[in-house]
Amino acid sequence: MSASASNAVARPVKPGRTTQELRRVISSKIGWIACGVALVLVIGPLLDIVWVVAYNGAAAFSPKLFTTSTPPAGVGLLNAIEGTAVISIMAMAIAVPIGVGAGIYLSEYGNNKLGNSIRFLSDVLTGTPSIVLGYFSYIVLVGGLGWGLAAPAGAVTIAILIVPYLARITELALRQVPVAMREAGFALGATEPTVVFKIILPGAASGVMTGALLALAISVGETAPLIYTAGFSSYPLDLAHPVHSILHSQIGYLTYVIWSFIEQPDAASHALAFAAAFLVMLFVLAINIGVRLAVKRK
Amino acid sequence: MQIKPFRLTLLALSLLIPAALCAVILFLLIFSAQAIGFNGFGFVTRIIWDLGDLYGDPVTVRGVLVPAGANYGILVFIVGTLLSSAIAILIAVPLSVGAAIFLSEAVPSKIRPVLSMLVELVAVVPSVVFGLWGIAVLVPFIGTMLGPVMSKYLGFIPFFAGGDSGGGYGLLAASVVLALMITPIIATTLLDALLQVPKENRESAFALGATHFEVVSKAMMPMVRTTLIGGIVLALGRALGETMAVLMVSGGGLNILPHSIFSPISTIASFIVSPLDSAEGDPTNMAVRSLAEIALVLFIITLLTNAAAKLLTSGGLHVGKRK
Repeated sequence: MSASASNAVARPVKPGRTTQELRRVISSKIGWIACGVALVLVIGPLLDIVWVVAYNGAAAFSPKLFTTSTPPAGVGLLNAIEGTAVISIMAMAIAVPIGVGAGIYLSEYGNNKLGNSIRFLSDVLTGTPSIVLGYFSYIVLVGGLGWGLAAPAGAVTIAILIVPYLARITELALRQVPVAMREAGFALGATEPTVVFKIILPGAASGVMTGALLALAISVGETAPLIYTAGFSSYPLDLAHPVHSILHSQIGYLTYVIWSFIEQPDAASHALAFAAAFLVMLFVLAINIGVRLAVKRK
Repeated sequence: MQIKPFRLTLLALSLLIPAALCAVILFLLIFSAQAIGFNGFGFVTRIIWDLGDLYGDPVTVRGVLVPAGANYGILVFIVGTLLSSAIAILIAVPLSVGAAIFLSEAVPSKIRPVLSMLVELVAVVPSVVFGLWGIAVLVPFIGTMLGPVMSKYLGFIPFFAGGDSGGGYGLLAASVVLALMITPIIATTLLDALLQVPKENRESAFALGATHFEVVSKAMMPMVRTTLIGGIVLALGRALGETMAVLMVSGGGLNILPHSIFSPISTIASFIVSPLDSAEGDPTNMAVRSLAEIALVLFIITLLTNAAAKLLTSGGLHVGKRK
């Protein structure tokens, strides 16, 4: 911001100015006001969303939210919280090894045509609407392979969605590690896996962690790819047969509660939808703000 | 050539990404092949979506078994998608250009990170939460305030009539929610580009006696134009594929083209969600196959949009580096 610039704008309009100068100064001021209003209109709705969700969500809070399930089984969100946790953890378990592995390949060995085409196709996958991925999983995993509506089909769909993000962020993080570190490792006689796992990955650990956390936030906030893969259930996990229940029964999740309960006519359902939105927003915003603050501090 | 198991493992992992993409295209294509044959090109020009008589005996039409009276046309959804995205772009571009200019030039550099983080955070709000806010705040506002006022003063323009009916769900609500969701994409792209404009260009414009706003609008904006267009097309790609928020506020219009900005609409993406339950009741499976064809159409549209954005942004990167 140069000092001369702000002086030119802030100087009071002198009577000696020509009409043309006056017009330019005034239209510049109008331009700045319009830009300021635009910024307010961009940030304002975000603040209003946070306020509306926090206000209505906090009003709906009670201990029963965490001990009972959605109606008709109860008056809480236990099943949805469990389901979101199960689906997200499964999705991360599938996506992190693939995404980080792909990121390592692209950063270390991907400076060629093959690497470029993988990068390009990865971008295409990022741009694919999530409902298209959901429908693909519905016909292939749920129907074709007979997995049925259950957590595995949902988790694989979410994994397809977040692997490209993980690969891209991992690649960027690994490229930050100086080449000299790699050379030092090889000079000591280390093999490729040793250099990657003992030198490069630890050096880029914070970047890779950032990517994983952002991917987790995405998977917690997604709805469309889960509707026809995970189904929905108003009952919590059957703790007597947890594995069977996770693999073969429909499962609830928070974003579904937001979508379906706000469209019910009664106030209790609306309160539940806002409570679910509050939990999702809290998680997503906490991760995103935390990551950005941590990155800035370095 | 020496075989390196470590590299091969990593290569195999990274090839899973293109493999997933190919699988999506391939299986959607195989699954919808029968529907593509049955629907023909009229799929994208017919207005009526009718599953036919799901309980009667299926009949054979054009060599395939379908429910009697089945007719699959998605023109309504294509129009709904293009219209809502276009209006969203019309709203979002001025807002995000203004916001980016204000952030890069008028805000002290100490506050800038906080404000630009707020703009970025708009992009991480889950789609379904935007929909919730739309239902709780935006739809009542359009239904009781904006709609009647717009019809009263702008009702002489045919497209703005009818705002006092419909309760606020419709094209305008969908467009506004979409606009909010894509604003941060355009604004952050433009902000990065504006911050990269070389100091010399700014200073020479100042030296010619331009006001600060003229420096931005006449010297800096032309330099970042390509990047801006790339950002807009990228945002368009996101708007075209957006599902949940649109589904929740669009009113779910079916079988009729929107005739005003307050008409209920469906987009391609939102429509894939809504009728699947009833489509599963189709014993011939043709409805589910036609939905797969819709997904394929949506995939192709977003693919083309994103490819265009990629070409534009990779070309635009050189703008900031020019010496």
